[in-house]
Amino acid sequence: MSTIMLDDADRRILRHLQADPAATSAELADRASLNAATCWRRLERLREAGVIRGTRAVIDWRAFGWEVEVSLRLTLDKTQPRAFDDFLAAARQVPEVLEIQTFLGQVDVRLGLIARDMAHYKEIYRDRILTLPHITDVEALMHIARLKHDETLPI
Amino acid sequence: MIALDDRDRAILRALSDDATQTAGALGRRLGLSQPATWRRIRRLEEAGILAGRRVDLDLAALGFGVTVFLGVKIATRGRASMDDFERAVSAIPEVQSVEHILGLYDYRLRVTARDIADFERVLRRRIMTLPGVASVDANVMLSEERLPGPLG
Repeated sequence: MSTIMLDDADRRILRHLQADPAATSAELADRASLNAATCWRRLERLREAGVIRGTRAVIDWRAFGWEVEVSLRLTLDKTQPRAFDDFLAAARQVPEVLEIQTFLGQVDVRLGLIARDMAHYKEIYRDRILTLPHITDVEALMHIARLKHDETLPI
Repeated sequence: MIALDDRDRAILRALSDDATQTAGALGRRLGLSQPATWRRIRRLEEAGILAGRRVDLDLAALGFGVTVFLGVKIATRGRASMDDFERAVSAIPEVQSVEHILGLYDYRLRVTARDIADFERVLRRRIMTLPGVASVDANVMLSEERLPGPLG
């Protein structure tokens, strides 16, 4: 992990970039009250240091016909030394899995999963999820609505 | 719903990795002209499939060392109390995402904080004081990966 010191100007740039990821360097300079060359240099530095890892397109899977979104919370058999590695490697092979998080808590792993409809979900759950290695317990939470998901940081 | 072909899926895959690519550069890689690529991107945007951009920042490098997923149950499920809760929780800056769910909990929150002490402050002062909160279950995130999804 890189540890670079950020000053107020860097923070302003990042705040404006988060608010409008499509903004050009010149637009960001203007909004952060910096001159264009300074802003560009700082953006480059933040990218090189890995603070800005990239800009990703957000895909709305529902608009695309993937109607069902489920959080699967799993516990794994920790008596198996390779439980996490085996499980994660296999879970990455399931195309419908969009996110994998590991936790410290009652839950070991969360999978963010999408499916076309409930029948499709049942199929994925039975054929691709329950067959993953070292699972001791699974619990499903069905998403109804997403109220906030900008994932912006309070920089 | 629009029908997508392999090239549309390749465009989605490429842009979800790097959304700053120009239509020209993307087209060259996919064997499409710049205008053809641009038209496809426009069509995906108009259909709502390309729903904007997200800056991917290194949380740890910015001093956000802790991400916690919270499962929140609310005490009374009346319409008004849910509206109140949703409005109040969405306004907390440390709360990155709020999802209304069906299952063991009513809401799933993603909370980011500088460290465990900072998280405790957010939890006690901001989350536990929200209207109607009955119980909160917390899991501290250790690692996260995002995958491209069924585009292949």
